Amino acid sequence: MKQTRVVEFGTGMFVLLGFASLFFLILKTTDVQSDLRGETYQVLARFENVGDLKLRAPVTMAGVTIGRVTGITFDSERLDAQVTMRISANFDRIPDDTDASILTAGLIGGQYIGLTPGFSETYLADNSEIQITQSALVLENLIGKFLVKLGGE
Amino acid sequence: MNRLIQDLWYAFRNFLETFGAMQLFLLRILAYSPKTLLTRFRLIAHEIYAIGAMSLVIILICGLFVGMVLGLQGYDTLAQFGAEEGLGTAVALSLLKELGPVLTALLFAGRAGTALAAEIGLMRATDQLSAMELMAVDPIRRVVVPHFLGGVISLPLLTAIFNMVALFGAYIIGVSLMGVDSGAFWSQMRPYVEVADVMEGVVKSIVFGVAVSVLAVFEGYNAYPTAEGVSRATTRTVVISAIVVLILDFMITAILI
Repeated sequence: MKQTRVVEFGTGMFVLLGFASLFFLILKTTDVQSDLRGETYQVLARFENVGDLKLRAPVTMAGVTIGRVTGITFDSERLDAQVTMRISANFDRIPDDTDASILTAGLIGGQYIGLTPGFSETYLADNSEIQITQSALVLENLIGKFLVKLGGE
Repeated sequence: MNRLIQDLWYAFRNFLETFGAMQLFLLRILAYSPKTLLTRFRLIAHEIYAIGAMSLVIILICGLFVGMVLGLQGYDTLAQFGAEEGLGTAVALSLLKELGPVLTALLFAGRAGTALAAEIGLMRATDQLSAMELMAVDPIRRVVVPHFLGGVISLPLLTAIFNMVALFGAYIIGVSLMGVDSGAFWSQMRPYVEVADVMEGVVKSIVFGVAVSVLAVFEGYNAYPTAEGVSRATTRTVVISAIVVLILDFMITAILI
């Protein structure tokens, strides 16, 4: 009787430990945890070029993450990229003339959306669109411009 | 020359026969598995203890040292590019996707696969399996399937534990010894490691669990009923497991990447 109790205890502990490890790995190494909790609202922005922006990329304001990119689609009528993002409802006083630009974190970091606040008295609401946007910097285009300028002089 | 071709042909046919027999054996085990899982859970739980819980020591120690080595090597390489902060990412990705499942499967084949093959092989050698058949107890259902399921359930859990311990090993070396920032170590891996990467490791460990377990029980069940036969069965289990795990690893990576 005592022997089987030890076996049962050991089996239970082992299985528990295994699942706990898996849970820990998913929570600790991936960013499922940092998903927005609670109320959010959706904001749209159109970009000429989104560069390397990916789904779930952070949306920041003054360097603080306040939301995430939830969709990147190509608008075939206006021929630009339409980016939807969800912003936490805690930050509901963002002026509606805020501008959105696609920035790069560090030299080799991923791209994210940085919001710079405007001065309007009215605020972004659910499904509103950010009018002023700045596309991602694409290295090849920059070099191209630079070369054209060199040639012009 | 003619003789050589004939020998090669026999060897090839032999290989195909064994390979086919193993597939049929696996199918038979799988057919019994759902019912065994429900009605004979006690037997399986005992196997999980004998196979999984008893392998914890080797998994914990090896995991810790693999992690520490990754920490040292990774730091040394990354420091050349001034990217020490990426240590967490490098270690986590290599562990979760590749090293964790493969090393655990190889250790598992050595620690548990041999035990499975020897146990069932010895039952064959001492005619216990035949005795069961005489009592109208199907040895496949009573012995083979629980052992197999115990292995299949244990390996993914062991892999998760291995990964976690190894990550801590790398943390100890990277953060405590080499002075990588603790926050950077954890936060840097978040944007780069996706749930799909963790799942790739889980898929691999399940496939390896099936492969190693079926090899072990097959070799044990079909061992020659002699002392030498049992020893050959255990040896073959380890050797073939190692080869099969590495081949399967390549195939899964090629599909999932």
